[in-house]
Amino acid sequence: MGATHHATDQPEWVASFFESAEQQRSAASMGMWLFLAQEILFFSGLFMAYIAYRFLYPGTWLSGAEVLNKWMGAANTVVLLTSSLTMVLAIRDLQLNKTASSVRWIWATVGLAGVFLVVKAFEYAHKFHMGIFPGGHYEGGAVEGMAGIFFGIYYTATGLHALHVIIGMGLLGWLAVKVKNGSVTGENDVLAENLGLYWHLVDLVWIFLFPMLYLVK
Amino acid sequence: MSTETEAVDAPEPSYLAATRGWKSWLFSVDHKRIAIMYLVATTLFMIAGGVMAGLVRIELFTAAGDLLDADQYNRAFTLHGSIMVFLVIIPAAPAVLGNFVLPLMLGARDVAFPKLNLASFHIYMAGAALLLVAMVLGSFDTGWTFYTPYSSTTVGPVAWALTGVFILGFSSILTGLNFIVTIHKMRPPGMTWLRLPLMLWSIYATSAVQILATPVLAITVLLLVIERAVGIGIFDPTLGGDPVLFQHFFWFYSHPAVYIMILPAFGIVSEMVAVHSQRSIFGYKGIAGSSLAIAIVGSLVWGHHMFTSGQSIYSSVLFSFLTFFIAVPTAIKVFSWVATMYKGRIQFTPPMMYVFSFLALFMIGGLTGVVLGALSIDVHLHDTYYVVAHFHYVMMGGAILTYIGGLHHWWPKMFGRMYPMRLANITSALVFISFNLTFLPMFVVGSRGMPRRYYEYLASFESLNQIATVGAICLGVSLFVTLGYLIYGAIWGEPASENPWNAKSLEWQTASPPIEHNFHYQPVVTGTPYDYDGAEPGQKVKVAEASK
Repeated sequence: MGATHHATDQPEWVASFFESAEQQRSAASMGMWLFLAQEILFFSGLFMAYIAYRFLYPGTWLSGAEVLNKWMGAANTVVLLTSSLTMVLAIRDLQLNKTASSVRWIWATVGLAGVFLVVKAFEYAHKFHMGIFPGGHYEGGAVEGMAGIFFGIYYTATGLHALHVIIGMGLLGWLAVKVKNGSVTGENDVLAENLGLYWHLVDLVWIFLFPMLYLVK
Repeated sequence: MSTETEAVDAPEPSYLAATRGWKSWLFSVDHKRIAIMYLVATTLFMIAGGVMAGLVRIELFTAAGDLLDADQYNRAFTLHGSIMVFLVIIPAAPAVLGNFVLPLMLGARDVAFPKLNLASFHIYMAGAALLLVAMVLGSFDTGWTFYTPYSSTTVGPVAWALTGVFILGFSSILTGLNFIVTIHKMRPPGMTWLRLPLMLWSIYATSAVQILATPVLAITVLLLVIERAVGIGIFDPTLGGDPVLFQHFFWFYSHPAVYIMILPAFGIVSEMVAVHSQRSIFGYKGIAGSSLAIAIVGSLVWGHHMFTSGQSIYSSVLFSFLTFFIAVPTAIKVFSWVATMYKGRIQFTPPMMYVFSFLALFMIGGLTGVVLGALSIDVHLHDTYYVVAHFHYVMMGGAILTYIGGLHHWWPKMFGRMYPMRLANITSALVFISFNLTFLPMFVVGSRGMPRRYYEYLASFESLNQIATVGAICLGVSLFVTLGYLIYGAIWGEPASENPWNAKSLEWQTASPPIEHNFHYQPVVTGTPYDYDGAEPGQKVKVAEASK
């Protein structure tokens, strides 16, 4: 019955229920944008909590930001921004059918994500060493007022962001394999485009987290 | 499209008969089979939630606490609420009827992401399993609302239930995402936005709320899980946290969630009222637009759950105003449905009986909602049985009964067979009567001050509570009869024709039950889905002219 329903002049990677490659591509792309919208709303809960408690405890928020290591945060910002660049280069090379170079750029992105996590791990380790734990476990002493809440939000927000980075590394590794074995190509590149969008969102969340937690006075 | 007319003479097997074996169901990416699996799952959960409701009602038959002790009672209403909200009402209409009819109404072969659709079902079952673990482990008694600080401090398997809710949210988000993309990208040639069946406008608005509100619930329950696990203090007043913040977060999802529940019902009613009155829908644009207006304004009224929680009075005034305001688009719909029936050829079919039932019950539920939206009155009625009666009129009378009506409407399409119509008509009347018997007395005891969520109450409320309990038992029996004749009809009923109701939308123009790929030909749409007055030719399946 497939023959009745499937136009035979379509490339084999177009699913049988789509009329055309263009329809499949635009559907996948729209699906990703909607997924990103829900990601933003997921993080918005944390941002709202941050704002609400910032109003309640402005002093805590100021001295909490002082404790965070601005240089490490800034370094990680640079690392993530660079990884967005390498992601874009990977997609561009894929579209130019430079497969080998595209795969290299994808792995470079994964590598930079790894660097981000290592820096983050050093930050966490240093904080734990200082006795800076979230909520009721806080015993750092350097921050006035309700320090537990500030660091509760800090660890939750950066932890969830790090989880997104880890998931992204897995997805990008999968993409690298698919590009290498030819199931994602310059023609059929919507998976690469979509994972690129996801990666930019992970980047973007950090672009907000960094100034909110580390910088804003 | 292929332009050859091969193999249309030999009848293709229906989607029910196309393949066999349990794996061909459990791992099917066919939207129709996924809909049937959701139907089975939500029905089983509805029975479980109904049994819990039965326990609550039987306990309340007498003023003294005799059948259940306080803890058991708390668990019974918690399980009733959580099962009905998270496992039944939120998924039922979109995941069962939406899944089944959406691609058919679009003349498409499937939704845009069939594998994701199947994944949504598996995720739903996984989340449901976790909720069930919480129930088996016992002492899950926070109510379905999980209010802090009780939920963050009580012992018991709250974290299991929260994780279950978190996972169920993914299922809901992915289903919504799938439907929106499908409606945008897979409409057939000629189906402009204003030729979209109103069911799909409703599904669209529902899906938008699912995508935009559910992630906020996800972060909320996640924060609560983290709070319970490591004590980050975000909702803990002793560490400077604010329990009211939890309420804001919770209702930011859970108020829009009631529109996830009721919006599909609006769509179902829109279809049924036009088809079974054989009349063009009145105010198509008004009904479609008001669905979107309700989705938008409904996302901005969550604070009306918190009038007595100590939020700013200025916020309360604003929330109160917006709550009143949302009655406007809702009323536009109700007036349009009534106007559709005017001068129609009203058929007294079971789906139409459910439309009548809906109009009466939803009017009561909706108007008492406006009463509760008034600040001063709400202070008196907050947390009383008046609230319980109100939301059961909307959630059960509005959402669940209309969903059941929708099942009656599309049952011949789903299974290719008819249920016993006369029995269905009588039973629907019994459902309506026993529903009112159950919930009308609650308005009275509530307005006299009987609080919700207690297993004992003042003896002066006893007689009204006994009426409610008797009504609940009748309601349960009527619904079991409904289930019985629907199953009977699906298996042994009279074979149904392609279009038993003489409807005009596309899903009625393919075989009953449909073939696996829905249509033999790409449908081309030349008119509106509600053309009963002969001005336009309606929506027809035509052989696509050598397209491409």
